[in-house]
Amino acid sequence: MSENPLRDAIKQAIDENEVILFMKGTPEQPMCGFSARTSAALQSYDTQFAAVDILPDPRIRQELSALSNWPTIPQLFVKGELVGGADIVAELYASGELAEVLGVQAPERVPAEAPAGADPAPAPLGIENRLS
Amino acid sequence: MPTADELKQRIETAIPGATASVESPDDVHFSARVAAPAFAGKSLVQQHRMVYDIFTGELGSAIHALSLKTEVT
Repeated sequence: MSENPLRDAIKQAIDENEVILFMKGTPEQPMCGFSARTSAALQSYDTQFAAVDILPDPRIRQELSALSNWPTIPQLFVKGELVGGADIVAELYASGELAEVLGVQAPERVPAEAPAGADPAPAPLGIENRLS
Repeated sequence: MPTADELKQRIETAIPGATASVESPDDVHFSARVAAPAFAGKSLVQQHRMVYDIFTGELGSAIHALSLKTEVT
């Protein structure tokens, strides 16, 4: 047994969830603008992610930052790796790279039920910023 | 209380060749754009860490928030 069960639990959560966001509040009820924007970016994709609210216990944030060497919240991890905080996620979202990082299909296929004659051009890679 | 100008100076001193522009409406929330040759070959996470590391212990206290945009020059 480790002497730091909380840090072990955080590490386990990062390892066991392909996409996991540590944030203030929840995706449904974010308690900070940075956390709100980051979870909204994730929610805009058709992908599942785990979310951990760090507010109930200040030790969560302390241990998380010690583990990740990252001082601020939110923190997004994909496949066990720190992708970044709010700024990096916003940057990757704006450039379309976030879809790649998440391993989700960029919305470029025309849906089967699209009416004939619909514009066949793929959706632009620069996804509109709906976060501001 | 830190000022935007103080943050700019500290970033430019700490990261060789860096050019920073820092804005703050209240000397508590800061927004910085940092361009530096030292960012070359580094991931965004590593680039942001280089800036965060300058302010270890101050982020979350004196510096409530530091929003970053980094760029390789």
